[in-house]
Amino acid sequence: MKEVVVLSGKGGTGKTSIIGSVAVLSRKRVLADCDVDAADLHLLLDPSIEEKHEFRSGQVAVIDKDKCTQCGLCQELCRFDAIKDYTVDPISCEGCGFCSHICPADAIVMEECKAGDWFVSSTKHGPLVHARLGIAEENSGKLVALVRQQAKEIAKKKELNYIISDGPPGIGCPVISSLSGASLALVVTEPTLSGIHDLERVLGVCKHFGVPAMVCINKYDLNEENTASIREYCQKNGVDVVAMIPFDNEVTEAMVRGMTVVEHSDGRVAKEIKSLWQKIEQKLQG
Amino acid sequence: MIISVASGKGGTGKTLVAASLALSLKDTYKVQLLDCDVEEPNDHIFIKPDITRSEAVSIPVPAIDEKKCTHCGKCAEVCAYNAIAVVAEHVLTFPELCHGCGACSYLCPEKAISEIPNTIGKIETGEADGIIFGHGMLSIGQPMAPPIIRKVKTLIDKERTVIIDSSPGTSCPVVEAIKGSDFCLLVTEPTPFGLNDLILAVETVRQLGVPFGVVLNRIGVGDSKTEEYCAKENIPILLTIPLDTEIARLYSRGIPLVEGMPDWKSKFRELFDNIKEIVDEGSRSLKR
Repeated sequence: MKEVVVLSGKGGTGKTSIIGSVAVLSRKRVLADCDVDAADLHLLLDPSIEEKHEFRSGQVAVIDKDKCTQCGLCQELCRFDAIKDYTVDPISCEGCGFCSHICPADAIVMEECKAGDWFVSSTKHGPLVHARLGIAEENSGKLVALVRQQAKEIAKKKELNYIISDGPPGIGCPVISSLSGASLALVVTEPTLSGIHDLERVLGVCKHFGVPAMVCINKYDLNEENTASIREYCQKNGVDVVAMIPFDNEVTEAMVRGMTVVEHSDGRVAKEIKSLWQKIEQKLQG
Repeated sequence: MIISVASGKGGTGKTLVAASLALSLKDTYKVQLLDCDVEEPNDHIFIKPDITRSEAVSIPVPAIDEKKCTHCGKCAEVCAYNAIAVVAEHVLTFPELCHGCGACSYLCPEKAISEIPNTIGKIETGEADGIIFGHGMLSIGQPMAPPIIRKVKTLIDKERTVIIDSSPGTSCPVVEAIKGSDFCLLVTEPTPFGLNDLILAVETVRQLGVPFGVVLNRIGVGDSKTEEYCAKENIPILLTIPLDTEIARLYSRGIPLVEGMPDWKSKFRELFDNIKEIVDEGSRSLKR
């Protein structure tokens, strides 16, 4: 079983549109949406939810007003400035529990939070594991790990070949959680100075965690000079550029119709993504 | 006044808006631009500040004095993040899991735990043509962005008009960046992804109690559902930017919109005046 995750560093480079198409092109696969705080893959795949589970994770401190003697020790020791006027601000609370351990009046308890939901859905392109992190919640990394673990179990049970996973932007906790242990990272970038800056950082993260990476330049014709420097950078660093996708409105048109580009048209974007998936499959099998 | 710039979906134009707003206001106001997208900061590419100071950001992680340690296991028991494990006669620490809360060192009965700094990134400060600039950068391989965002926000100069650029999404780094703002601009695009993620971002700013409005970028792609949603929810659309290859090309070269197309300056000033009016109106109604 091989797991492909799409990353980008910079947001909005086209991760979901591309991986949605890969989901359609690949066979014997399970899909995982690891962008749990702004999940969009479901908008292309028309899933019907078959299982819904609560995601409980992390804790938040709660002060029992009747027991509290207002000694102020918790406020003094909390490093996250989460306690003011003997009241916990649940958004600032990091859930460390320090206050509950030191309260001389035993007035603070830690309560488990509902931090989101996760789902197993069926789509015409195979099962999809996706999630929704609670609003303003933490622990997105743990929810990502859970989504991946569920996808892996489905793949094992149904003897599937691939886990196709949509990753989050950035380089922090949810990205690390999506990436570590994957077979391949497909990094989608765009030929803008911001895109290049962020590409270098996310390739650094792939290298750090020992996951091989391949690069896809989306909207490559927006700035061909920048495209050339991305190719040069990748060549120098031994990373293959496996696709160059032109800018074309068919991507947004497909999205508006609620489907992937490869289903919507047979245009130049669709053709390039088909060749992209062939190259990825070769790499995974080679 | 503190204005944060956020979005659910990435790549909708936060950096374009934050940089253009700062550059449009700098001749009239004292402006500070803080890039709190510490995973992928990009404002410096457009503002080109002279960086004059760089400071490492670290969180305090435990260091065990094996001579004093009796392996009682208290530290591992109180750590909420599994960053300490006591196995037989050894204590193992995992600095990348540590949130730096300090519980272990405070609660160790033998006072065998001290704290040492673990560097997770840096902040840099400087100036660009009158704009006071600051940003944070998470080190490669480090998971935790919020401590760096908190550090960037210590730079806030309340005498200035502060513009904060946030990371995309709706989880802890975004909350950390937005909270405490007087106003939040949510930048989105009129596509199904843009709308889906805007709705999540709206729920987040509502929970934080920060007044907000929308910037709709790349008008001309997609559909009209985002505008319909904003109308239904009574959310003001404060600025629209058309889908224009020239704007995209300027962005790709690191040229701020208001420099490449100076006519946009007046639109960003107007945007600021509208924000100011909403914020002033809000504080007046609070006083009433």
